[in-house]
Amino acid sequence: MQSDFKELTVKGLWSNNPALVQLLGLCPLLAVTTNVANALGLGLATLFVLVVSNVAVSLVRGLVSNAIRLPVFVLIIASAVTCTELLMQAYTFELYEILGIFLPLITTNCAILGRAEAFASKHAVIPAAYDGLMMGLGFALVLVALGAMRELLGTGILFADMQLLFGAQAETWRWVVFDDYQPFLLAVLPPGAFIFTGLLIALKNRLDQHFASNKIARAPIEAGSKRARVTGVIR
Amino acid sequence: MILQQVSSPHLHAARSTEEIMLRVLLALLPGIITMAHFFGSGVFTNLVVACVAAVLCESICLRLRKRPVLIYLKDYSAVVTAVLLALALPPYSPWWLITIGALAAIGLAKHVFGGLGSNPFNPAMVGYVVLLISFPVQMTQWTAPSTLAANPTAWDSLLAMVGSEAYDAVTMATPLDLIRQNNGLMMSALWQHYPQFGRFSGVGWEWINLAFLAGGVWLVQQRIFTWHAPVGMLAALGLMSALFYDGGSSASGGSPLFHWLSGATMLGAFFIITDPVSGATSNLGRLIFGALVGLLVYCIRVWGSYPDAVAFAVLLMNFAAPFIDYYTQPKPYGHKPPDADK
Repeated sequence: MQSDFKELTVKGLWSNNPALVQLLGLCPLLAVTTNVANALGLGLATLFVLVVSNVAVSLVRGLVSNAIRLPVFVLIIASAVTCTELLMQAYTFELYEILGIFLPLITTNCAILGRAEAFASKHAVIPAAYDGLMMGLGFALVLVALGAMRELLGTGILFADMQLLFGAQAETWRWVVFDDYQPFLLAVLPPGAFIFTGLLIALKNRLDQHFASNKIARAPIEAGSKRARVTGVIR
Repeated sequence: MILQQVSSPHLHAARSTEEIMLRVLLALLPGIITMAHFFGSGVFTNLVVACVAAVLCESICLRLRKRPVLIYLKDYSAVVTAVLLALALPPYSPWWLITIGALAAIGLAKHVFGGLGSNPFNPAMVGYVVLLISFPVQMTQWTAPSTLAANPTAWDSLLAMVGSEAYDAVTMATPLDLIRQNNGLMMSALWQHYPQFGRFSGVGWEWINLAFLAGGVWLVQQRIFTWHAPVGMLAALGLMSALFYDGGSSASGGSPLFHWLSGATMLGAFFIITDPVSGATSNLGRLIFGALVGLLVYCIRVWGSYPDAVAFAVLLMNFAAPFIDYYTQPKPYGHKPPDADK
């Protein structure tokens, strides 16, 4: 059981990350990551919806027949999204206004339906909830990383407008990293989103390669294991 | 529709890439000298910074991709990209602007896609467009031609290159800007009112374009590229402006001669769209490719919101080049056309 949770953590955050590996939910990923505040807001909303929908789908998995499972999943997700939307309208109204259409669009985020279909409908409540949490965290982390990159390069400032999410005391979090900075507008424009997402994916693949080659280099040589016969120099 | 992958090299001459690139550089020389005559030493600082940045970026990318650095550097393709980018930028640009452009051109547009021969887009134009949409203020300030205002000295151009605030060049709107901003005047009034207009188009611009035309014609004569793409582009641009020009008002977008000799027309027609990698492959394809570039250049110049349009037109048509290639595939001698047996 312990190892299951560990595997779910690794999968959600890294090896099966919804944004970097499955490439699901690209529409909000590209559209709202112009700064950290927006990215974090949408990331948290998606995280919440993912956990709630995974729990609900897992609860009803014995009752719903196979033929109508997808409409039921979509209904569950849509209700969770509506709850999130009303909550955000009540507590973070300005952010709700900024995120606009991308909040209701969480319903159509393939990452959520994908987890409901591929994981929650086949597992018990607790693993399903944990999977939702980890997938949501993985997605939110990528959103925030992308938002930070684009905000920093596009405006030279980090954590602007955080008061929309955390109340008035967060206004002082605004950090002007570079004074007298020429804004690199491409970073906050749509093409910048594609380019920086591509660079993040490239970085992840490069790190994976690096880890894999380290693993091979460190693997112990076991006595008695068969070896291929090699001529020439072993590097 | 199945797009066919046409692999490089598209050139069938027995010439090396190095030789072709060197001839292209040589053909650019008259244009560069004319530009330096009209806009001062800022043209040279642009060129030097762009070349250094591009060659450095190319070496780093080659190293990262585990390719032999010196062998690939010796084909001069990075230098040609850098020179084309530098000529498209306003003179006296600060070093960081040029460097970002060179990084985008070499790193993003060329090596991400697999290096020379694999890039679907023209690297120099990608670099230019990245800069144009990122730094519109710096990218739309052109120095006044030397006949209208004193050019900055060589020392001033060095100061401008390092981004010093102390120095401020005399900038003027280019003729293409003026035509676009004034659509309630007669052409003759425009010509009288603004000193930037010369005999046919802008002061300086007409000579710069003629110099690039001369270099381009020499390259056609040397068989570095065929006449199809440039002729297609210039014909379409001339046809469009002849159709819409009413002979007098500035709302109708200028005469064919004005469009041929303005902005980056000749540089684009002979040095940008003739790129053998990102353009169409067959002769008919090149003609269509060039004509559509010319059409787009006219549309964006007259009805768009950017003053010059060669970069956007070329990038848009680079998207369409595989499509053009698919429909203009030449028929080998003695073969039936592909759908003859239907």
